[in-house]
Amino acid sequence: MPRKFTPKVVTANRLLEGDAVWLTADGRWTPDMREAELLDEEAHAELRLLVAQSQADLVVGPYLADAVAGTAGPEPTHFRETFRTRGPSNYAHGKQVEL
Amino acid sequence: MYHYTDFDRAFVQERVNQFRGQVERRIDGSLKEEEFRPLRLMNGLYLQLHAYMLRVAIPYGTLRSDQMRTLALLAEKWDRGYGHFTTRQNIQYNWPALSDVPDMLQALADVGLHAIQTSGNTIRNVTADHFAGAAEDEIADPRPVAELLRQWSTDHPEFQFLPRKFKIAVTGAAHDRAVIQAHDIGIQIVENAKGEIGYKLLVGGGLGRTPMIGKVIEEFVAQEDLLPYCEAIVAAYNLLGRRDNKYKARIKITVFENGLDAFRDAVNEQFARTKPAFSGVDVKLFEEIRAQFAPPAWRNAPVDAYDATYEADPLFRSWADTNLTAHRAEGYAIVSVSLKKPGQTPGDATAAQMRALADLAQAYGHDELRISHEQNVILPHVHKSDLPALHAKLREHDLAAANIGLVSDIIACPGMDYCALATARSIPVAQQIALRFEELKLEHDVGPLKIKISGCINACGHHHVGHIGILGLDRAGVENYQVTLGGSGDETASIGERAGPGFSADEIVPAIERLVLGYLELRDSPEESFLAAYRRLGPAPFKAVLYPEQEAKRERADAA
Repeated sequence: MPRKFTPKVVTANRLLEGDAVWLTADGRWTPDMREAELLDEEAHAELRLLVAQSQADLVVGPYLADAVAGTAGPEPTHFRETFRTRGPSNYAHGKQVEL
Repeated sequence: MYHYTDFDRAFVQERVNQFRGQVERRIDGSLKEEEFRPLRLMNGLYLQLHAYMLRVAIPYGTLRSDQMRTLALLAEKWDRGYGHFTTRQNIQYNWPALSDVPDMLQALADVGLHAIQTSGNTIRNVTADHFAGAAEDEIADPRPVAELLRQWSTDHPEFQFLPRKFKIAVTGAAHDRAVIQAHDIGIQIVENAKGEIGYKLLVGGGLGRTPMIGKVIEEFVAQEDLLPYCEAIVAAYNLLGRRDNKYKARIKITVFENGLDAFRDAVNEQFARTKPAFSGVDVKLFEEIRAQFAPPAWRNAPVDAYDATYEADPLFRSWADTNLTAHRAEGYAIVSVSLKKPGQTPGDATAAQMRALADLAQAYGHDELRISHEQNVILPHVHKSDLPALHAKLREHDLAAANIGLVSDIIACPGMDYCALATARSIPVAQQIALRFEELKLEHDVGPLKIKISGCINACGHHHVGHIGILGLDRAGVENYQVTLGGSGDETASIGERAGPGFSADEIVPAIERLVLGYLELRDSPEESFLAAYRRLGPAPFKAVLYPEQEAKRERADAA
């Protein structure tokens, strides 16, 4: 049986800065995951990934990451993705202080 | 110390110019990411979790003060004010912007540094004993050999697409501080019965997914055969090494699958081809390099100031007892500057600290610095009379932690705080263990103990050769830490054995505490180190303290 599709967001790293960004419903790349488009449907998710892959002048390595709907927008489900939303734990650097 | 020739300078400059053009073409869209990626990796530029990361080679861990100042400049001008020294004697910058990297490489090239071959399936930065040229116990300085290998391997046309990355380490002493048994090629300088200097060569060591201890392929390789023989080893591996499976592509698997004897035969076959191609120019070049590594003019001065401070100042005494090593020259000491102040990120130094170290090297250390694979900075040649002043300066810059070789002198890879390959974090575990033992005020009683932490199976944190190794994994979406025991990276090298089930992020620090406190009960005297006790007693009593519940269950079962 094929595995049931779970909600996703499209994420990548920005070409110039290298930081983590997420694709919004209106086609922007945002550093704030909560603004990302939560993709509930597999076919739509694949389509959005194709859009992301066509933007090699803006981002590097786009992929679909698991996410769930939170109160303020999509939230990560895996700790790796959580770290991408906030930055390293040893210094107050990255999104935890920049957003 | 080696100084670039015109050829070296022109070569490195050419690479900076090429990469500047490549970055421009990536940004203007003429290069696609798939085209650019191998080019940026050839120049040490990775893309990590939060940003790009630039890995700069510090050849055999040796730096002059002007080079250290440039490392500080990069941290300050193009990064976030610090750099991370790694277990491969490199420095990593965690936050560069793509468009700044060519300027960073230019600044490095201006002082004879580069990031070439710090990534990719090539021969990587050749590492060496960080006490090279200073150690009391060495037969010869390993750095001229490492520099010769660096020149030979840099842009070597045959070895730019090896089956996998390739790491070489060199030691000039029988006591191995360079972990040569965990390298693709390990080189030990030896002296034969006739008093001639030669090289004992090991192949097929490595950590990672399939850890293996290197095997001796030749007991004595003469100077004139060293490069042809190394070329023969890499050529044999280049042909025999597997390219079908990245996890079986390192030379350790090639040697293991073919057997050492068959591999040696393949090397000898290659040697018949390589040897005639070396006309002796390599020996001449080696002699020229060696002359540049002549020891500095040692100073002859009284050491009364050192003795007096040692008697009077308990902080100085504690630091001197742990952070100094005997030097080959009368009146001198090797100073290890700890980058492991409890709570600090292992191996990190701020730009200000790097500049302070550069100043100290210039004022008191014959302008030399070393980076150790244990992620500390070494001032290899300091006259004892200068140590009190040096210690005072180190204290001003928060660099005076007296913990070399102790519990809190932990090796840790960047782990999932930065690394895209990591499966768990390692830095916070190192920080918490160090802080906990500082609180317990026990580490001087515990004595020599090497804890090494990796955030994934690739083992950049050398966990397999830690007396206590910690491996961070992703177990069903949660960070989990496996403990290995009894590893060692010196001349008695051994791969640590897995102790049992892993621990959660909350459990790992108490588990290490139980283990260390348990050792204090198990040792037969304060002189018996953790590793010695483990080797005498075996894993059982250590597992019993690590897993008290299982132990209690076993005892109940025995009683029933």
